[in-house]
Amino acid sequence: MNLAVQLPGLTLKNPVMPASGCFGFGKEYSEFYDLNTLGAIIVKAATGEARYGNPTPRVAETSSGMLNAIGLQNPGVEKIITDELPFLRPFDTPVIANVAGSTVEEYVHVATTLNKSQDIAALELNISCPNVKEGGVQFGTNPELAKEVTYKVKEASNFPVYVKLSPNVSNITTMAKAVVDVGADGLSMINTLTGMQINLKKRAPIIANKTGGLSGPAIKPIAIRMIYEVRQALDVPIIGMGGITTAEDVVEFLLAGANAVAVGTANFQNPYACPEIIEQLPQVLSEYGFSSVADAIGKGHVHE
Amino acid sequence: MITKKRLEIISHLQIAEATFEVTVKSDFAAELKPGQFVHILVPGHMLRRPISIANVDREQKTFTMIFKIFGEGTKKLSECRSGDYLDIILPCGSHYPIEELELEHALLVGGGIGVPPLYYLGQQLKEKGVKVTSVLGFQGKSHVFYEEKFQQLGDTYIATNDGTYGKKGFVTDIIKELDQPMDYYFSCGPTPMLQAVTTLLANEKGYISLEERMGCGVGTCYACVVPLKNDPTKNKKICKDGPVFYANEVLLG
Ligand SMILES: Cc1cc2nc3c(=O)[nH]c(=O)nc-3n(C[C@H](O)[C@H](O)[C@H](O)COP(=O)(O)OP(=O)(O)OC[C@H]3O[C@@H](n4cnc5c(N)ncnc54)[C@H](O)[C@@H]3O)c2cc1C
Ligand SMILES: Cc1cc2nc3c(=O)[nH]c(=O)nc-3n(C[C@H](O)[C@H](O)[C@H](O)COP(=O)(O)O)c2cc1C
Ligand code: FES
Repeated sequence: MNLAVQLPGLTLKNPVMPASGCFGFGKEYSEFYDLNTLGAIIVKAATGEARYGNPTPRVAETSSGMLNAIGLQNPGVEKIITDELPFLRPFDTPVIANVAGSTVEEYVHVATTLNKSQDIAALELNISCPNVKEGGVQFGTNPELAKEVTYKVKEASNFPVYVKLSPNVSNITTMAKAVVDVGADGLSMINTLTGMQINLKKRAPIIANKTGGLSGPAIKPIAIRMIYEVRQALDVPIIGMGGITTAEDVVEFLLAGANAVAVGTANFQNPYACPEIIEQLPQVLSEYGFSSVADAIGKGHVHE
Repeated sequence: MITKKRLEIISHLQIAEATFEVTVKSDFAAELKPGQFVHILVPGHMLRRPISIANVDREQKTFTMIFKIFGEGTKKLSECRSGDYLDIILPCGSHYPIEELELEHALLVGGGIGVPPLYYLGQQLKEKGVKVTSVLGFQGKSHVFYEEKFQQLGDTYIATNDGTYGKKGFVTDIIKELDQPMDYYFSCGPTPMLQAVTTLLANEKGYISLEERMGCGVGTCYACVVPLKNDPTKNKKICKDGPVFYANEVLLG
């Protein structure tokens, strides 16, 4: 069965890729399986300088999900280009860099610096990280700021830009339109939802940062709804994510209107999550009457 | 080589209050090193549970874990039975680097659920001909486990918080009274205990094993970091660079 998907800057042999922050820079999971099986790889966020991240505990388990407040720990964009990305060069799998920052200038600096990398095919513009004190989610919840940072990064970058939307907004379509208006090549959605969990014995939030981003199966219906809404309003490539653990989940995202999907938290539970989903996808697609991935995209929309 | 396997439980015993010893069959058993841990899937839970390797039987190709019921996940693990299978990622993390060390006399200092990994370590040390002295701390008498097994490795001293067994107080109260020379100490237990031990033994060489809440357990998510002593603006991953660190390498607390 044809699993291939063509997106701006990305020729994918299948629509499944690990999500940013849940796969490091690929080294660790390459010990479990051949990374050539993946449709693409989205690597951990890059910021202008190295970031320490938040104090620990940084994660907590929730019903059908988890909270994280890593705080964008990364070695900084320069080191990522020289020390991390070359490892992925031998693989026949496109790499998407995740661009983060606290100011428009930092986003532009990261995007400009990434122009010199030979190892990436596209940018995922992370305007939606809920775990950093300044910036981050403000860009993802304010359409004007989202527009500005998208416009400037598009101007600075030689690569297609997929803007990663925050679900922590009341109207996702407004945000999607704002960034597509100024030239976003695609959307990536959704990032985590801000949440909190309190330890009964300690009478205090478990996560040191107090709040964290909720991910995993718990957020899947929200991701599906948001992708569905954006697909109704816009004809733009969407990389869908949020709680995917099975090939059935992937088909559901395709039906909602995603063109490709990313798998995050499921990697932690099952390091083989991505290759297992890819292996099962043809069978599940045909079980539901589809002859290719392209055939299923957007087919879940009911037109009155 | 790290991998994920379904492993059969061949023995499941309660050995102290809320404390269980579980042995599983694994072709990888002989490759497991003291200080390393495994990451166990608990059905119905998103995140795996890290548990240390407490013993290995190379001939039988089995390894043993000892855990205490802490919350829901360990409760479910306590309800498993022989013949059940566990989904386990192994081996995880660094080990006590005893193959590189010149040593004649080792001090093992364990507290509560930090005691198990020291048993496997002590066995390997004894095999190498190293003299082993163990100081173990528990909440109270009903929580004490493996005392005789540690005695077979060498002198063993027990402290309990409530004084219902051994010496009342902390492991450090016992260490203060030991006047035997040692080359290295090896410690695992709750962070306050590790702080007290590393402070008391600041002039000795030692290795400690740390705990932190984990996401991936394999080094990709940056959940489990600990700051470095010589540069607290940098950190290391407990699941990959650790859980065993040189005592002076990391900043505790
Ligand atoms: C490297 C390492 C080795 C360990 N070895 C042992 C051992 O040999 N025996 C033993 O009894 N315990 C050990 N622990 C602690 C053990 O992992 C926790 O007690 C266990 O995860 C608690 O799970 P729960 O579902 O019962 O508790 P819950 O509170 O329900 O767990 C909720 C979440 O918090 C995490 N969590 C809670 N406490 C801890 C903790 N102390 N450390 C790490 N994660 C935690 C859980 O993994 C889970 O993701 C070790 C921890 C680490 C990091
Ligand atoms: C531990 C962790 C770290 C993450 N780090 C990033 C990050 O650096 N950049 C980013 O854009 N998203 C990050 N995310 C969000 C994921 O990429 C993804 O959007 C989200 O987790 C939803 O997918 P999931 O439910 O499959 O995990 C992170 C998520 C987790 C759980
Ligand atoms: S738990 Fe993910 S890096 Fe350690």
